[in-house]
Amino acid sequence: MMEVEGSNTSMNRAPPQSSFLRSSRSKALYQFKQQKLPACKPVLTPTSVITVFMLMGFVFIPIGFVTLRASRDAIEIVDRYDVECVPEEYRTNKLSYITDSTISKNCTRYLKVQKHMKAPVFIYYQLDNYYQNHRRYVKSRSDQQLLHGREYSHTSACEPEESSNGLPIVPCGLIAWSMFNDTFTFARESTKLKVSRNNIAWKSDREHKFGKDVYPFNFQNGSLIGGAKLDPKVPLSDQEDFIVWMRAAALLSFRKLYGRIEEDLEPGNVVVVNLMNNYNTYSFSGQKKLILSTSSWLGGRNDFLGITYIVVGASSIIISIIFMLLHLKNPRPYGDNSWNKKSLSS
Amino acid sequence: MAGERRNKGMRLSKLYSFKCLKPFSKEDHHPQIGSKGYSRVVFCNDPDNPEALQLNYRGNYVSTTKYTAANFIPKSLFEQFRRVANIYFLVVAFVSFSPLAPYTAPSVLAPLLFVIGATMVKEGVEDLRRRRQDIEANNRRVLVFGKNGEFVETKWKNLRVGDVVKVHKDEYFPADLLLLSSSYEDGVCYVETMNLDGETNLKLKHALEITSVEEESIKNFRGVIKCEDPNEHLYSFVGTLHYQGQQYPLSPQQMLLRDSKLRNTDYIHGVVVFTGHDTKVMQNATDPPSKRSKIERKMDKIVYVLFSILIVIAFTGSVFFGIITRRDITDDGKLRRWYLRPDRTTVFYDPKRPSIFINQDQEMYHEETDRPARARTSNLNEELGQVDTILSDKTGTLTCNSMEFVKCSIAGTAYGRGMTEVEVALRKKKGMMTPQEEADDEIKANSTKSVKGFNFWDERIVNGEWINQPNAELIQKFFRVLAICHTAIPDVDSDTGEISYEAESPDEAAFVIASRELGFEFFARSQTNISLHEIDHMTGEKVDRVYELLHVLEFSSSRKRMSVIVRNPENRILLLSKGADSVMFERLAKHGRQFERETKEHIKRYAEAGLRTLVITYREVEEEEYRIWEEEFLNAKTLVTEDRDALIDAAADKIEKDLILLGSTAVEDKLQKGVPDCIEKLSQAGVKIWVLTGDKTETAINIGYACSLLREGMKKILITLDSPEIETLEKQGDKDAVAKASFQSIKKQLREGMSQTAAATTNDSANENEQMFGLVIDGKSLTFALDKKLEKEFLELASRCSSVICCRSSPKQKALVTRLVKSGTGRTTLAIGDGANDVGMLQEADIGVGISGAEGMQAVMASDFAIAQFRFLERLLLVHGHWCYRRIAMMICYFFYKNLAFGFTLFWYEAYASFSGKPAYNDWYMSCYNVFFTSLPVIALGVFDQDVSARLCLKYPLLYQEGVQNVLFSWERILGWMLNGIISSMIIFFLTINTRASQAFRKDGQVVDYSVLGVTMYSSVVWTVNCQMAISINYFTWIQHCFLWGSIGVWYLFLVIYGSLPPTFSTTAYQVFVETSAPSPICWLTLVLVTFSALLPYFAYRAFQIKFRPMYHDIIVEQRRTERFENGTTRATSAVSGELPMQVEFTLHHLKANLSRRDSWN
Repeated sequence: MMEVEGSNTSMNRAPPQSSFLRSSRSKALYQFKQQKLPACKPVLTPTSVITVFMLMGFVFIPIGFVTLRASRDAIEIVDRYDVECVPEEYRTNKLSYITDSTISKNCTRYLKVQKHMKAPVFIYYQLDNYYQNHRRYVKSRSDQQLLHGREYSHTSACEPEESSNGLPIVPCGLIAWSMFNDTFTFARESTKLKVSRNNIAWKSDREHKFGKDVYPFNFQNGSLIGGAKLDPKVPLSDQEDFIVWMRAAALLSFRKLYGRIEEDLEPGNVVVVNLMNNYNTYSFSGQKKLILSTSSWLGGRNDFLGITYIVVGASSIIISIIFMLLHLKNPRPYGDNSWNKKSLSS
Repeated sequence: MAGERRNKGMRLSKLYSFKCLKPFSKEDHHPQIGSKGYSRVVFCNDPDNPEALQLNYRGNYVSTTKYTAANFIPKSLFEQFRRVANIYFLVVAFVSFSPLAPYTAPSVLAPLLFVIGATMVKEGVEDLRRRRQDIEANNRRVLVFGKNGEFVETKWKNLRVGDVVKVHKDEYFPADLLLLSSSYEDGVCYVETMNLDGETNLKLKHALEITSVEEESIKNFRGVIKCEDPNEHLYSFVGTLHYQGQQYPLSPQQMLLRDSKLRNTDYIHGVVVFTGHDTKVMQNATDPPSKRSKIERKMDKIVYVLFSILIVIAFTGSVFFGIITRRDITDDGKLRRWYLRPDRTTVFYDPKRPSIFINQDQEMYHEETDRPARARTSNLNEELGQVDTILSDKTGTLTCNSMEFVKCSIAGTAYGRGMTEVEVALRKKKGMMTPQEEADDEIKANSTKSVKGFNFWDERIVNGEWINQPNAELIQKFFRVLAICHTAIPDVDSDTGEISYEAESPDEAAFVIASRELGFEFFARSQTNISLHEIDHMTGEKVDRVYELLHVLEFSSSRKRMSVIVRNPENRILLLSKGADSVMFERLAKHGRQFERETKEHIKRYAEAGLRTLVITYREVEEEEYRIWEEEFLNAKTLVTEDRDALIDAAADKIEKDLILLGSTAVEDKLQKGVPDCIEKLSQAGVKIWVLTGDKTETAINIGYACSLLREGMKKILITLDSPEIETLEKQGDKDAVAKASFQSIKKQLREGMSQTAAATTNDSANENEQMFGLVIDGKSLTFALDKKLEKEFLELASRCSSVICCRSSPKQKALVTRLVKSGTGRTTLAIGDGANDVGMLQEADIGVGISGAEGMQAVMASDFAIAQFRFLERLLLVHGHWCYRRIAMMICYFFYKNLAFGFTLFWYEAYASFSGKPAYNDWYMSCYNVFFTSLPVIALGVFDQDVSARLCLKYPLLYQEGVQNVLFSWERILGWMLNGIISSMIIFFLTINTRASQAFRKDGQVVDYSVLGVTMYSSVVWTVNCQMAISINYFTWIQHCFLWGSIGVWYLFLVIYGSLPPTFSTTAYQVFVETSAPSPICWLTLVLVTFSALLPYFAYRAFQIKFRPMYHDIIVEQRRTERFENGTTRATSAVSGELPMQVEFTLHHLKANLSRRDSWN
């Protein structure tokens, strides 16, 4: 109203009308400048609070159950073999066992299938207490070299595995150097299981991160041998084991895909695993596990997501009930500001 | 040239019995001269004297800039690094140069350099503008008496102490001058001191008789002035002129101060006494400060907190890293984790804060002067929401600086129908005014022709109608008194014949104008005569009447009255007198009290309406009585003894008796539009208002009543030094004794005031009507009250009173009071003023608001905000201030929230990466976090958010207290938000890593690796902080929606684009969204779960808080809703009651714009 009055006087006197009025013909701009844009102003009324919490509960709990169900659909067999595969006499000094190259590293494990596992059954190896996310470790690679091979010489990031005997190493760096080298073969009873080891790496990795004509060179030739050796005749982009290994894990306990058993496993079947226990996790008390797992639409087995959904849903229902009770017990007159003046001035 | 001619025969000094006719006794010289503090020696007209050269006083060059070319870089850099955030960034930048840092140096350094550079440029430009003003002032021209015996033009800056200068009419004085002579024969001149004290009335200065000679003799004038050292007291000057072997004492009467203007006098001659920075006005100037808002200062502390958190984290990290890797390769765990980078965006968007809205607000736009509000200092907007005390100038700020004759009471009848601003406000408050009446008033006001100083309308009086009144004779006498009893000088425009008046005080001008408008036109004054055009009440014809002026007994603050003795054309001697009611009623003759009761009644009513009243009386003096009296009076005048003044007073007293009451006048010191309303609203909002004015005590008190600062029933505590003891001490001239006595007196008065207020608070604590107090203190007392020893008591007393008025205060005192309030209470102060005399105050206060309407731009230049009228302050504070404060408080809290929510996910990840310093996210995600994915909503909040609409802000002024008490930016709230951030980060991190422990996350059996975990977690962070914003803002327009959901969209867009770049560049982000994460349902499920869980704690807290411990604005929001429900059916009424529907309002506005444009073409 004030504004209306003010402008009335201006009509008589006709001063140079505000320049901004003329320039801002458009309604939106005017509203914007006067901060009067049409707006929605949400208010937390008791009803809306209770509704929101209830709604959240009633949506989350069913999701939780569906998720839990999906997680339970995935069957998993976990076998820790790093201790069992060390002969009794070396149990006290596992390090001497693993570093002694004369001792056979052969080991056989028997995995009993409890439930029907539909093909493909994914084979993972899992390393625990293995800091593949350590900064110095993660940094120690050269993406350029992996893509372009020896032509690319700026590999200082790869220290201390940059070169040996005066020649550059391809692939350089600690990650490559420490590649996992346990091997597994699988048999049911006495027949070998059909294991596919292709397509275990991401397509984009194979095609764009590792060079098609980059061949391993001078690899694992140094005094200290870390992990697996690579076939120098196969280009890096075809060495899927290597590509999988090079994709660093996020946490200190991680699984990596080894291959797929392309046959269904029936309950009662015993899968015989022949493995070469080569990889040294003993020096840092890491653990090694072999995992066979099917996957549901959600992936592998993990109840956490489903349970959390249920818990969060349930707690929001509880909150809404508490809120409702308190509201009924202690109703503050809606929009009353009399008592609050006191609280403000105190 | 006309200007050069001396006005022969015009000895204006004769008009002033008290001020000018004081003969100078030779013994009466100042004893302090020569002692410490009084050592200045000026060789008049002889600046090249070797002794003068030896003294080496400063030149007249003036510089008010903050920087010089040499010190600009270091000094402004220093200013910049007063901000802790800048130091913080600098440290970070240094660390980032070391190879251990996870961030590259340019990414840290660039924004820092940008921000610092931009601010420095801004400072530089502002300083340059000041410099230009200086140059302009320094190069102004003035006539100086040169060696060749001629007046030659020279630049101001070349003036030296001792130069004799000649200043013409309407020119500024280039330095502090000693007046030697003027175009008037007796050496008087008029000056306007607008820039010094804000008053527009003219002040009379008077040269010593001995120097008041012809120009020719001025050229040979050689004298020595010994006087006080430069100081800032505008109203005092102590000095002696040694001339021709004699000593003559000098007083402020002879001083012409720099920055005041010569008026009404063709020219003057003067000797330069103080130059440049030694002048009184420059001594009063304070350095332009760099202001920082409270919130900004608090930010510093918060940055300290963050810094310590960071160091603790880094230290813990290093220790753990050391322990974990003890057996591994030895690596020195150095600080290389910068999770908590105070937001770059805070710094980035700092200068772009929403000042634009203040500038563009239509309701703060003054159409008559075409002046919108201007925010000149952009970083103080939020401070507007926290103002606790407003210190306001009076003249030009609260009042229009014009006196208007509005009412009078003649012979017991009240005339004058106009309504004063106060009456309007009062009636509105009581709801007595119907819109119809209001409209009527408007018409009446417009129908009379507008004359400055005259706002009187009564059909019984105007247009010569008064002759038909029963008391026509008395009315005639009444206006004759007004037309004769004054010291104004008419100024006839030779072209139009219009007469304007130069008066010593604006009231006097109002009287003369009023009598002119009503038919008693005063048009000429000579040494002995006053001539009027009059309407004869018998015949109604216009006649010229000449009154012979015998004596003028002028107004003084102790006499509180003024009289003239004239001989009228009928050859009768009349004494015409006007004065304050307190002194006049006791002087009435027995037969002159006919209308006493009615007049008293009217005076009371006028005073309540905030009008200034004077009682008008006259008497006829018998020839014989006059002769006897004159003799006595002249005797007293020529006396040279100490008690001369007392004797003159007594003599005057003798004739000013047995008066006959005619009536009273009521003059309105016109308040600016809407001032009482505005003050009312502001005090409802709990803002204290102090008025600091250069005016006299009475005037100030009057205005106090007028703008409802002082109210009926309020107890007034008056602190003054006008007590007889001190006056006698002053006469004795013992400065120390006076100071001591004054100090004691003030101390006593303060104590008394304290006990009064204390008594009231204890006694009436149970009582509903608490006794309110108003404190009035005058300038002299203020000098002592501001003393270190008393200032605490003064402040305490002042803070107990609901309003404080300081009268007669100098610019410096204004600044000192402001400083006292600011530092004493620690609260935010806002100073508002319009003149150069307010500059110190504006600069000293936390916020300085300049009124841009009045003349002179100094106040505006020194201010942080400029508005056209006082009433806009209401909207500036209650609406914009409140909003800005809220926005900034929310914005900063939110900044901390989002950075902690983000930073701590990194920290938790560190714990899982053996504290090696590997961040959980790709470098680029982190760099873009604050720039692209979370900054826009913050701007939406910081620029557009409003908790309640402008209408409600004004309707519930108490809401403003949220800012004053700083509830939205209290430590609890900040820490609460920080805690919320940490909780969110924990929920995000732990939920994410547990849902993705190590199992396959897709149907094809792939497992989660570093890049996938990073993307998922990062997405959760982006969603969470943006949704957190969505639930914490109160105001959704399309802009907010756009920014909020846009930010999230930008994140995914970024992922797609960045992920499709060659892997050598995108590294871990290569194809991570398109190929890896997006097809996995678990990614999306996790996202939903994490986002909702992270928001749950805050949402629950807020729900409970609104319900059970609501803040004031929550309640208002609720009220608005209920109102709307109620109004749902009666939509029409709501439109009338305040907010027009948007559509209508806009259309209306558009129409008006069109209309006025058409008008302006015609």
